[in-house]
Amino acid sequence: MTSATTDQIGAYGGPAAAGRRRTLGSRAGTGLGVGMATLYLSLIVFIPLGAVVLRAGEGGLTGFWRAVTTPETAAALTLTVGASLIVVAVDVVMGTLIAWVLVRDRFPGQRVVDTLIDMPFALPTIVAGLVLLTLYGPASPVGIDLAYRQAGVVVALLFVTLPFVVRTVQPVLLELDREMEQAAASLGASPVTVFRRIVLPNLYPAITAGAALSFARAISEFGSTVLISGNLPFKTEVAAVHIFGQIQSDNIQGAAAESTVLLVVALLVLVGLDLVQRWAARRG
Amino acid sequence: MSITVRNVSKRFGDFVALDDVSVDIPSGALTALLGPSGGGKSTLLRVIAGLETPDSGTVEIFGADSTHLPPQRRDVGFVFQHYAAFKHMTVARNVAFGLEVRRRPRAEIKRRVQELLELVHLEQFAGRYPAELSGGQRQRMALARALAVEPKVLLLDEPFGALDAQVRKELRAWLRRLHDDVHVTTVFVTHDQEEAMEVADELVVINGGRVEQVGPPGQVYDEPANPFVMTFIGPVTRFGGRLVRPHDLELTAHPEAGAAPATVVRVVRLGFEVRVDVRTHDDDLWVQVTRAEADELGVEAGSRVFVRVPPGGGLAAVAAGG
Amino acid sequence: MAKVALRVVALTYLLFLLVLPVGIVFWHTFQSGIGPVLDALSTPNAVHAIQLTVLVAGGAVVANTVFGVGTALLIVRHRFLGRRLLDALLDLPIAVSPVVVGLALILVYGRATGAGLWLGERGLDVIFAPPGMILATIFVSLPLVVRAVAPVLEEIGTEQEQAAWTLGASTFQTFRRITLPAIRWALVFGVVLTLARGLGEYGAVAVVSGRLVGQTQTATLFVEERFQNFDQPAAYAMAFLLAAMAIVVLLATNLLRPREAA
Repeated sequence: MTSATTDQIGAYGGPAAAGRRRTLGSRAGTGLGVGMATLYLSLIVFIPLGAVVLRAGEGGLTGFWRAVTTPETAAALTLTVGASLIVVAVDVVMGTLIAWVLVRDRFPGQRVVDTLIDMPFALPTIVAGLVLLTLYGPASPVGIDLAYRQAGVVVALLFVTLPFVVRTVQPVLLELDREMEQAAASLGASPVTVFRRIVLPNLYPAITAGAALSFARAISEFGSTVLISGNLPFKTEVAAVHIFGQIQSDNIQGAAAESTVLLVVALLVLVGLDLVQRWAARRG
Repeated sequence: MSITVRNVSKRFGDFVALDDVSVDIPSGALTALLGPSGGGKSTLLRVIAGLETPDSGTVEIFGADSTHLPPQRRDVGFVFQHYAAFKHMTVARNVAFGLEVRRRPRAEIKRRVQELLELVHLEQFAGRYPAELSGGQRQRMALARALAVEPKVLLLDEPFGALDAQVRKELRAWLRRLHDDVHVTTVFVTHDQEEAMEVADELVVINGGRVEQVGPPGQVYDEPANPFVMTFIGPVTRFGGRLVRPHDLELTAHPEAGAAPATVVRVVRLGFEVRVDVRTHDDDLWVQVTRAEADELGVEAGSRVFVRVPPGGGLAAVAAGG
Repeated sequence: MAKVALRVVALTYLLFLLVLPVGIVFWHTFQSGIGPVLDALSTPNAVHAIQLTVLVAGGAVVANTVFGVGTALLIVRHRFLGRRLLDALLDLPIAVSPVVVGLALILVYGRATGAGLWLGERGLDVIFAPPGMILATIFVSLPLVVRAVAPVLEEIGTEQEQAAWTLGASTFQTFRRITLPAIRWALVFGVVLTLARGLGEYGAVAVVSGRLVGQTQTATLFVEERFQNFDQPAAYAMAFLLAAMAIVVLLATNLLRPREAA
């Protein structure tokens, strides 16, 4: 990185031409930065993930398929995807509702509630699992026992995915032009119609984004399900827990294969999300 | 009378937006609510529309007490300063919205939308989105949308405030022509007195949450009720303890009855008109004369002249308050 | 009124999903008073777990802060081939299951692999040792600082920096005296998030550490191991500590988060 100011100002056609994209260093500096960032990412993220995919494909496509379709693996994946879909459906409804209440309503303690929404982000997953087990397990003070049941898995996933839809929808609701709703009202639309035809369509991109994030998180979840589900194979064992078990039993290839499935699904979801956001931005 | 507002008051926290306001809006006319920003005119309009509820007082629309009716049921069309376009719908769907909500048959909706788009000259934009339209076009769409459901009253909240000066002038004239064709009772809010004078049949001057004067533009201009109205509506200058219109004063070279001696301080040529700043024994004021008059008098800085109100001249003057 | 109904539904949902569970751990932990809690947290294993957690999280924070600020500057202020790709890839770690993270690191840095063997011969054990745990923690919290700092960098623009250059400041001086203060709070926000993530990580660290009690057991691993061994007081005591940490983090981020509409 050079320090000659004349270099920097002159290098890219002058400050006016480059506008906000002025560089904070010379071309060499950029190259060095990109190189270092790429190295860091490669050593920690890309190469390890690549290793997983490679290992998964070791037995060729047949080996991969066999590893992924063993009864226990198939059960774990099915449970994981199924539970995640249910959870996302609930998140979409409840998340939008909560965001609405936080933005459009006024009540004492609202700030506190707003802050609490982020709790699942801050709380370690194993602690989340412990607290859910304490409240909804054998010793439940409210008499609900979900331990060793699929419902327990669903509740755990609901907990960890709670903030996603809320936090993607909230800013959009805040920015929403209230006058559109007033205009609709002056044209005769009831409050329900206003919500359905004016507010909701403008929330779809945000809701979809939150749903995608929730889904990606739900299928990957490990710590919060470990305690309440009891990890019963074929019943309450989610994919991540199953993979863990595979690693422990030294079935690395099976673990890698199942991991690859999870990775691909998560990747598809995120790519899909990006596409949806671009489409929405164009509609603007 | 189509709209009757009686003793309406409204405050926002400590701020009093409307203070015991009573006003009658004539049917079929174009009425302007005119006043400075923050004076309460938008609030009054929104109270009429049902977008705000008054703290006290009543609103009657065509004889029916509408004070507590929600906007859906008042049958008023509302046009916002920033258009409030449904940005996720096409222009055609925007205009159709009110009719769709009323479950009109599809053929009727289609016909009516086409009719309205032609009225506002936006037919070729039917399939576009509001983001693709200019400000003026969006406002015309908003008008078409409001008119689609044939409201009894049309309310416009600073409809041209967000537009360029040129577009504003064009749309102002266009609105007047539209009203002449469609004849729906229309109330619009503006802080631009030139706009109000040009477009409206009736003026309601509002300041500080109170109605200052009501009447046709000419009458308000010629017979202002108080110093505020006089100052807001047109040019004023102070002469002999009163506020007068600069163009109602007369400059002469020789002393006439009732004329005060004065010294010319400055002469400014503004196109057709000439502004002459003069100083008398008691006042610093300015007189507006035509170029012909200025040339005839031969005034320049330092000249001695005489200023008076011409005898029998139609004079708008009020006692200059504080 | 519909408004009240919505409010009640939302708050009830949050009560049963969020408030009660978290509240219950506090109640459960202190059921027998504060003494047993302090005892449980002062056993050698507990103390070691806490220290190790702080070390691992701290290491990840340092690494990701340097990386985060540098990458944010890179992405916002520079144009280069693959910039958009890099930007998109930064979010990748968030989508990866923690267990997969652990597996991935084992496959590259485990003793059975080339890299692992090479490093091991030079005395640096990665897997089943703190370095591997730090790597895992870096992985899962990778984008947090970048994503916190980049928008602020974007928003403040380059005018102030340009003004500094015209006045003779070097790149480094400009960074230290103009850029850094401008992103200060966003940076703190990102660091707090990274720290919280690091202190609370479970899955990735579980795989990579080998969970050796007293050696590679972090606070979260301690909670699980104690619970599975029926030592509920110890599990809850540590869980309480972690929950308290989470609440402090929530408060801190709430104060630091840029206020949108009130």
